[in-house]
Amino acid sequence: MSALTSLHRFRSLTPEMIDIQRQMEDHARSYGLDFFNTIFEVVDHDQLSAVAAYGGFPTRYPHWRFGMEYEQLAKGYSYGLQKIYELVINNDPCYAYLLGSNGITDHKLVMAHVYGHCDFFKNNYWFSHTNRKMIDEMANHGNRIRDYMDRFGVEEVETFIDACLSIEDLIDLFAPHIKRRNEKAKYEFKDSTEEEHDKPTATRFQAKSYMDSFVNPKAAMDAEVEEKQKELDKKENFPPEPMRDVMLFLLEHANLKPWQVDVMSIIRDEAYYFAPQAQTKIMNEGWATYWHSTIMTRHGMADSDLICYADHCSGTLAGSRTRLNPYKLGVELYRDIEDRWNRGAFGEEYDECDNYHAKRDWNKEKGLGRQKIFEVRRVHNDLTFIDEFLTLDFCRQHKLFSFGFNDDSGYYEIESREFEKVKQRLLFNLTNVGRPIIYVKDANYKNRGELFLEHRYSGVELQTNYAQDTLANLFKIWKRPIHIETMLEDSRIVLSFDGQEHSRTGEQKQKGK
Amino acid sequence: MVMKIDRDASRFRQIVRGKIRENLRKYVTHGEMIGRKGNDLVSIPLPQLDVPHFRYGQNGRGGVGQGDGEIGQPIAAGDPDGEGGEGQAGSDSAPHVLEVDITLDELAAILGDELQLPRIEPKGKANIQQDKVRYTSVRRIGPESLRHKRRTYVEALKRQITEGSYRHAEPRVVPIKDDRRYRSWEHVPEPVANAVIIYMMDVSGSMTDEQKEIVRTESFWIDTWLRSQYQGLERRYIIHDASAKEVDENTFYHTRESGGTRISSAYKVCHDLVSNKFDPAEWNIYCFQFSDGDNWGEDNRSALGMLKETLLPKCNLFCYGQVESPYGSGEFYRVLEEAFGSEHESLVLSEIENKEGIYESIKKFLGKGK
Repeated sequence: MSALTSLHRFRSLTPEMIDIQRQMEDHARSYGLDFFNTIFEVVDHDQLSAVAAYGGFPTRYPHWRFGMEYEQLAKGYSYGLQKIYELVINNDPCYAYLLGSNGITDHKLVMAHVYGHCDFFKNNYWFSHTNRKMIDEMANHGNRIRDYMDRFGVEEVETFIDACLSIEDLIDLFAPHIKRRNEKAKYEFKDSTEEEHDKPTATRFQAKSYMDSFVNPKAAMDAEVEEKQKELDKKENFPPEPMRDVMLFLLEHANLKPWQVDVMSIIRDEAYYFAPQAQTKIMNEGWATYWHSTIMTRHGMADSDLICYADHCSGTLAGSRTRLNPYKLGVELYRDIEDRWNRGAFGEEYDECDNYHAKRDWNKEKGLGRQKIFEVRRVHNDLTFIDEFLTLDFCRQHKLFSFGFNDDSGYYEIESREFEKVKQRLLFNLTNVGRPIIYVKDANYKNRGELFLEHRYSGVELQTNYAQDTLANLFKIWKRPIHIETMLEDSRIVLSFDGQEHSRTGEQKQKGK
Repeated sequence: MVMKIDRDASRFRQIVRGKIRENLRKYVTHGEMIGRKGNDLVSIPLPQLDVPHFRYGQNGRGGVGQGDGEIGQPIAAGDPDGEGGEGQAGSDSAPHVLEVDITLDELAAILGDELQLPRIEPKGKANIQQDKVRYTSVRRIGPESLRHKRRTYVEALKRQITEGSYRHAEPRVVPIKDDRRYRSWEHVPEPVANAVIIYMMDVSGSMTDEQKEIVRTESFWIDTWLRSQYQGLERRYIIHDASAKEVDENTFYHTRESGGTRISSAYKVCHDLVSNKFDPAEWNIYCFQFSDGDNWGEDNRSALGMLKETLLPKCNLFCYGQVESPYGSGEFYRVLEEAFGSEHESLVLSEIENKEGIYESIKKFLGKGK
């Protein structure tokens, strides 16, 4: 009996289900899937809604948004609008929840699917830095926050959590994989080796006094001094380089109470833990779908399972015109890759061939497909996956199109079926998990300790009312005025919040006054 | 099983209530958003109960879809508030409007807190109680008409099993006299329904649909509040133009008649109703009259007379709400004001300019706590 079972009195598997689990596990291993030990829990729909609301962690810290999530899931289920089939947690051992009321076919399918996810969690590079003991960690987080709530009041702690959640996406998605800077000791935020800089001087070449004004011309000397001064000024910038991990910056530099620092670091840790799942949604679901369909159609299915399986599968893979189904896109791309590498339809020779028929019937019998998709699942994330493997043919075959919002009609309309545009749109939506990219630029703005953020504008404006609310929440953390530089209606503007009111400054003066 | 989620869910509901409180004025004036549903639950749409983030505006939304369709073909409606779908690959694009269910009683409590309505003190007649029969227990003797078949059967089964006369192969259960069980009752004292609301509406030609909507919304809220104060609230509806009649709820809200206006006719019907069915000694009587104030001149005198002599002494509260009308002269309000002054003990006058005025009007009507 697992820890969770005893903790929450979930039911354990029936002997029949244990049997199925063993079969599915064997099939998965026989294909070379490599996963952590996986523990299945059987829950009813109410429990599943609750666990799903907590993002899979029943021991998570208390917060109203989980309650909201739960009400929606539970309501959606009871109205028959939606049903969660499966829930897997990236942890070692992996935990997966099964809906007790599901039929036996569904259990088979879900288990096969879960093994796909577990393999992905364990082997995909982007998950390599996630905490594999997250169940324990989350319980720990929950206890700490509950403790703070007991000591400082629910309202107080919750308000602060709300403020932190507002910026939980302002993290550096690549930080776990790159060394951005030298590690400092955790609680030593002041630079101890701060040097006093003298006024800079220009390099002076040795020269006889009568030659001096020629060898060391004043103009050049001044220019050099200025240059050096600039360098120095830059060093005095705070932060020295714009910083992507806004949360980390605030953790280290905002004037927070110790419990607030801890709460914020908890939220940041969880944001980093969940980030890879958002980064690999298409790949992860595609991979799991690929394996459940492979295992089910080749081994797992009895004749009596067929209708149920097909029904379930078609439901999961249904496309929609307003939403690209990640299960569908993912699994089709893997199959496309497998097919191309089996045929050898890649590389310079293939790319340069411009005979349509030759390309269509291309077959070098390389048989590298399976090997290739295993490699893909190891190294890519959604962004690079789409960038690398979404081809013109694929786009046509699956009738992909891009759509956008038309201000005049108030509708989302089909924009284009051109490959380039479709791909670009998709890549844009995947960049930084679809969120704007924001840096801390200056934390001593106007030399008054105000926080200046910069939105790296890439053609799409921020939604102003949300941005203003976010600034207000940032103010609660930084406690000094907050500014963000962005673009609105093609001009550079700064949105500010000074604790009292919002203002907008910038090149829109002809409009403002 | 008690999960922690219950705590979060109730915390969420608490916040929602606060949110409703903040926006109550909006809900009051947009009465159509609140439709009465089964089980006395109402759904209230709550946009934006999410944590704000920096995110892209609607002009940047969009995504990639799959399927047939010409370029330029609309595929989904955007939200006019600029809250459109996420449109990201992999995330749901359905507009996110949260609906919460709360009970009418809860809503009434919120309304009371927010409008600062005093709890209405019963007239002292709430003590009048009436015995009511409730079937709560089972006994061994009783009339055959009250025989409890299931319990009788269970007794018989139990007896047969203990006797050993029950056989699985042939499960025949025959009750004998000792097995028989009968439902039995007790007398439960219950307070009698003791409040009646009488709505009167002018449906003469000058009342437009918009004005009826205002009346409808206001009545809904008044109803909600009074229902939370009295159990078993009676409601009666009277419509009038030149003549008046008592109608049912549906007719009250949906009738459109035309013709002149004789307010006294409504008072007469109202008075008949009160004297025939609702003895003021036992009933709390609330009258709400809505009109555009355009009465036939010669009728004012008799209407005033009736109000003063017969209705006001019997009512806890008589509220006159005058809806502003493009056609009506709005004279009746002034007539009443002159006759009774604006500080009358049981008569409340209120002018409702438009939907925004409903909130203040309710406050004025019910603020007295009669």
